[in-house]
Amino acid sequence: MLHENICEKGFLDEQFVQLEELQDDDPNFVEEIATLFYRDSSRLISNIEQALEKSPLDFSKLDNYMHQLKGSTTSIGARRVKNECTQFTDYCNAGNGEGCKRTFQQLKKEHSTLKKKLEAYFQLARQIGPVETACRPK
Amino acid sequence: MTLEEIKGSLGGENDKFPVGMRVLAVDDDRTWLRILDELLRKCHYQVTTTNHAKTALKMLRENKNRFDLVISDVHMPDMDGFKLLELVGLEMDLPVIMLSGNGDPKLVMKGITHGACDYLVKPVRIEELSNIWQHVIRKKKFDSKNENNSNIQDKGNQGNGGGGQPSPDGPDQNRKVNRKRKEEEEEEQEEEEGEENGHENEDPATQKKPRVVWSIELHRKFVAAVNQLGIDKAVPKRILDMMNVEGLTRENVASHLQKYRLYLKRISSVATQQANMVAALGVKDSPYMRMSSLDGFGDFRSLAGPGRYSSSNISPYQTGGMLGRLNSSAGMNHRSLSSSALFQPNHAQNLTTTGKFQPVVWQSNQNASLFQGIPTSLGLGPFQPGGASGSPFTLHGNGQHVQDGGLFSTQPAFKVNSEPFNAGVTGSNENWHSTVELPNYSPNSLSLAGPFDHDRLPPNSMRSNNSAAGGHIQNSPLDFSSTNSISAPLEDSRGEIHFQAGSVGNVVRNTNQETAKRWDSNQIFSPFNSIVPANGVVGPLSQSMVQNNGFFQRKTDPALVSRSNSGPPTLVQHIGIEKSFIDTKIRSNEDYTSEQTKSPGSHVPCSYESLDDIMNAMIKREQEGSLDGDFGFGSYTFG
Repeated sequence: MLHENICEKGFLDEQFVQLEELQDDDPNFVEEIATLFYRDSSRLISNIEQALEKSPLDFSKLDNYMHQLKGSTTSIGARRVKNECTQFTDYCNAGNGEGCKRTFQQLKKEHSTLKKKLEAYFQLARQIGPVETACRPK
Repeated sequence: MTLEEIKGSLGGENDKFPVGMRVLAVDDDRTWLRILDELLRKCHYQVTTTNHAKTALKMLRENKNRFDLVISDVHMPDMDGFKLLELVGLEMDLPVIMLSGNGDPKLVMKGITHGACDYLVKPVRIEELSNIWQHVIRKKKFDSKNENNSNIQDKGNQGNGGGGQPSPDGPDQNRKVNRKRKEEEEEEQEEEEGEENGHENEDPATQKKPRVVWSIELHRKFVAAVNQLGIDKAVPKRILDMMNVEGLTRENVASHLQKYRLYLKRISSVATQQANMVAALGVKDSPYMRMSSLDGFGDFRSLAGPGRYSSSNISPYQTGGMLGRLNSSAGMNHRSLSSSALFQPNHAQNLTTTGKFQPVVWQSNQNASLFQGIPTSLGLGPFQPGGASGSPFTLHGNGQHVQDGGLFSTQPAFKVNSEPFNAGVTGSNENWHSTVELPNYSPNSLSLAGPFDHDRLPPNSMRSNNSAAGGHIQNSPLDFSSTNSISAPLEDSRGEIHFQAGSVGNVVRNTNQETAKRWDSNQIFSPFNSIVPANGVVGPLSQSMVQNNGFFQRKTDPALVSRSNSGPPTLVQHIGIEKSFIDTKIRSNEDYTSEQTKSPGSHVPCSYESLDDIMNAMIKREQEGSLDGDFGFGSYTFG
């Protein structure tokens, strides 16, 4: 199932579950959060992309963006994306530009994979109605 | 004050509190802001959100009674979360909870020193938010308690004197409760305020009083009046008459006086200890000396790395508000702050022990947050601790704040250590407005464990200062920044106060390599500064070399200072104290547990072979007169 898939595979963590619990009071809450998340994170990702194209790399700026992005990932519980953020930060602190770039590619991949999964999830949820939550049965 | 009374005095829905508690949430991350909004609503609070710190401040300033509590993210683009924290604490005296995706102990410590009453790490759960109302109650309780203290004490005294059977009623119970909360402070208050406030029998706690903001001007008047009357004879009524300020009540003055006295007391005790320390150590230019100056803050950096200590760079750091501390240690203190105290932070410039500098012995807990907010222009900011010496008027709102779990009465970061600050702000408005960018007064940091606002200070300042006249603490806000810079490194280590007990020569540098580097260039520390901690400050520090590695004791124990008094601070400990420790200490002086922790981090090997060396260095420093650095007050213009 899509729901199980998302959580079990580690795409989303406990935070997502919390959000779903809040959905009791506000039906579209989770989707609203996901939308906000994707809006903010996409912007940050594009900023980082631009920054990575500069030479020499401004690590402190990159670190700053990444810090924001990471904060954003925790809002929705995007675990895999968050892990990539951590990795990126490590490379950044080490001044390893190549490492940063590599990790960033990975990050983008995870980010877009999650987006697809969430979209599918919401679509399904709309169809079935609030029957099940992604990671924890009600 | 009973819970009902407290609730009654709160704005919003008193009877159903915490339902309806009015929270202001600030976070630049819109996703999180929305989540917070939802979570807080689910807790039945009344929520207002904004993603701009400036907007939040505006809202708060427009109506100080509009909110009960503020939750703010740390990392924001338009204003640093810690700065907002300070400002809110200073101006509005509201409990502030910090929020961050980063749970780094150093940041947590910073929050504490700046006066946050809690620090939450994202992702934050609803369970955590459902309890935040406690901070509102606690603050109210302390505020009211402070005002009622004399009453309670009087009653309590009467009750107890009556036959040994404590009356089961409120006053006594309150007293006990109070005692638990603020052991030392209460005692002090009782001693000091018993007679004077006896006649203040109104129950201010239950009355909704408009908050009085003790501006620099106001505090100056206050201090002038106190000095004129004589600190022993200064009674609220007479002070009030002398000040001749409209709208100011005797209660306001009384509570401010209490804080002031505590401050003075702390300063003097710190000074004494420092003096002892100095004597014992034979002050040398050791980094330790610097350390003592815990006051500060940033200075600590200079402390670290004894090896680094570049002579005579007492560095502007001294100027840090903490000056108070430092000066005292060497005896230089002018502790004489005595009452006159107007703590002139401006001294930053050369606070050399001219009495002016009032050892900002900030009981760090308290003022930590206080000072942060203090704009450099303010110099000491509104808080003018008269006679720094002896009156550790920690900005921190009277220890009360300290008591709050680490919430240093929203006082600005440590910077304010200069107790001299007129932390008079009522209520725990000890926080000097952030307008006053009190550069981390390192010197004061001692007492002011409070908000060591390292970050606040513009980093460049410190550095530049350091390289500049050694030991010359630039009073300009830069100084502070310099202290900042110092502090900055310290900050890193803030969380980790590695104190190496017994390793005299080891200045444990909190794993801050950079600090070490900075230290070299920054030599800010004045030897005394370092001493300072040793004596007074260190006392608590050494005792509680609490390892600030992230554990932040929420409850700052204002007694920190008092602790230091207990027992002679071990020099060794002192020396081993890392700057960071000092910082931390200062910030949360109360919080520090008396355990000395060794810093697991890198230790900067001290070049000093022995304590003697250090002392000698310190003494030399003293002689060099670079103490001015103590008053790191940047260009604070007082008032």
